[in-house]
Amino acid sequence: MNKIPNRKVICDVLSEKAAAGDRDIVALCSDSRGSASMTPFFEQFPDQSVEAGIAEQDLVGMAAGLAKCGKKAYAFSPASFISTRSYEQCKVDCAYSDTNVKLIGISGGVSYGALGMSHHSAQDIASMSAIPNMRVYLPSDRHQTRKLFEALLQDEKCAYIRTGRNPVEDIYTEEDCPFEMNKATVAREGSEVLIVAAGEMVYPAVQAADALKEKGISATVLDMYCIKPLDADAIVKYASAAKLVVTVEEHSPFGGLGSMVAQVVSAKCPVKVIEKALPDSPVITGTSPEVFKYYGLDCEGIVKTVEENL
Amino acid sequence: MDNLTVKSFELRKNVIDMIVAGKGGHIGGDMSVIDTLIALYYNIMNVGPDMQDDPNRDMFIMSKGHSVEALYAVLADRGYFPIEQVIKEFSQFGSEFIGHPNNQLPGIEMNSGSLGHGLPVAVGMALAGKMDQSPRRVYVVMGDGELAEGSVWEGAMSASQYNLDNLCAVVDRNRLQISGTTEYVMHQDPLEARFAAFGWNVIDVNGNDIDALTAAFKTAQSVKGKPTVVIANTIKGYGSPVMENKAPWHHHVPNEEEYQQIMKDLDAHIEEAKNR
Repeated sequence: MNKIPNRKVICDVLSEKAAAGDRDIVALCSDSRGSASMTPFFEQFPDQSVEAGIAEQDLVGMAAGLAKCGKKAYAFSPASFISTRSYEQCKVDCAYSDTNVKLIGISGGVSYGALGMSHHSAQDIASMSAIPNMRVYLPSDRHQTRKLFEALLQDEKCAYIRTGRNPVEDIYTEEDCPFEMNKATVAREGSEVLIVAAGEMVYPAVQAADALKEKGISATVLDMYCIKPLDADAIVKYASAAKLVVTVEEHSPFGGLGSMVAQVVSAKCPVKVIEKALPDSPVITGTSPEVFKYYGLDCEGIVKTVEENL
Repeated sequence: MDNLTVKSFELRKNVIDMIVAGKGGHIGGDMSVIDTLIALYYNIMNVGPDMQDDPNRDMFIMSKGHSVEALYAVLADRGYFPIEQVIKEFSQFGSEFIGHPNNQLPGIEMNSGSLGHGLPVAVGMALAGKMDQSPRRVYVVMGDGELAEGSVWEGAMSASQYNLDNLCAVVDRNRLQISGTTEYVMHQDPLEARFAAFGWNVIDVNGNDIDALTAAFKTAQSVKGKPTVVIANTIKGYGSPVMENKAPWHHHVPNEEEYQQIMKDLDAHIEEAKNR
């Protein structure tokens, strides 16, 4: 079991680049440096760190001002807060004003478990994707997270990146982590079924594909870490040959990955799309694994959905 | 002759023409804030059309973005774009000159419109200036109605937390907002004490007096260790009794009769300033 959460990898990448002499990287937190795993960066690079206090609007506004003056601003705050409390700053100060702010939604989805709906971010994909000029990424494992942040450091546009709180099982390895910016990664290649997943849902999707294989069902898994811009070409390529498309996401059933995949499939290669997501209600109390299991967002649930609908 | 005061009323005439031609705009706040803009753009700020890529240029944010017409008039006069183009195109179909600041246009750093955004962004700019040891100063103009936005006070906290003496905020204190007086809608007094309590240096001036504003901004430049707010006490609609201190003139478009009277009143101000 991997013990390193994706958020720690983000701190590692930023720290490595700052240590290599990149003085333009600035990290901002809203009393969230611990939960963002950014304490080492704040300690090692105090001149490149900004504490906003518990003030998410100020956090994002400051990040935009820093970016306007040439900084690579990385603003960290729980996904539920940065994507809603400071939504207008994300829209106006980052996307509309076209500033190089990377908005990192930490502890995304139902990471906070029993803390309840106030702390869950089940609408961030929908809200952030609807902003023109805003990109949305949900990396799956720690290796992909590293590749993604190395790529993000090279561009000058804003983006929203959601990461979970807990360690995620490895899908790739340090040596074998295929990654092309804004292109889905084919985590498993098959024919009959296309499973499209993002973030923490990729691992159970891969498990499900492996379990289905043993049952004689051949499934492709697309790791759609790039929710926006969505890799429509990959969806069309695999959905065209499939009898069924299943989407799996740690998000509301409205306006997330499922909606976006269905939009592409219905227009380009109509085939049945089943969307697996969190309910349109506060989720049941529990840890992330308990919640995922309850709503069928795990290997068993995905296999069941495929078997029922194929 | 008081050249900048003459200019302030001439530019007000451009604003009126813009609003009448575009059939919309926020006329009252334009008239109250334009003297602040003139003091900054002619006497204080290190900016200009030839230095838009200069990393050390001063930064300006029009947080009360609805007063963009006054900003257009001043930027046009500073040579960023022709005033004739603005008057012809303002708010017309497909125009770049929209009803709020947009940084696709030369001279505009940040987009605004929704209130309460400018101060946090200005704090970020001032922080960047400190990090880079840049001589840059950052100016942000807010409306007094805007101060009801909580994000303004988040920015006020962080500006003093980080001792941002390279940051100067201006409050266009015209005491009117769309529904009535600020004190009726959501009171701001004692405004000086509020900012002082947040750790700011506070300067109170007549905000329709360009010399007084200039002196205030120069004082702010010499204050160390804390940000300064210039509370510019202004008259909303300043320049003609037709508009002055009348809440509906927040965004009223003059009819022909009102237009003629306003232009006459502005011309009288111009004559008076020329003879000073």
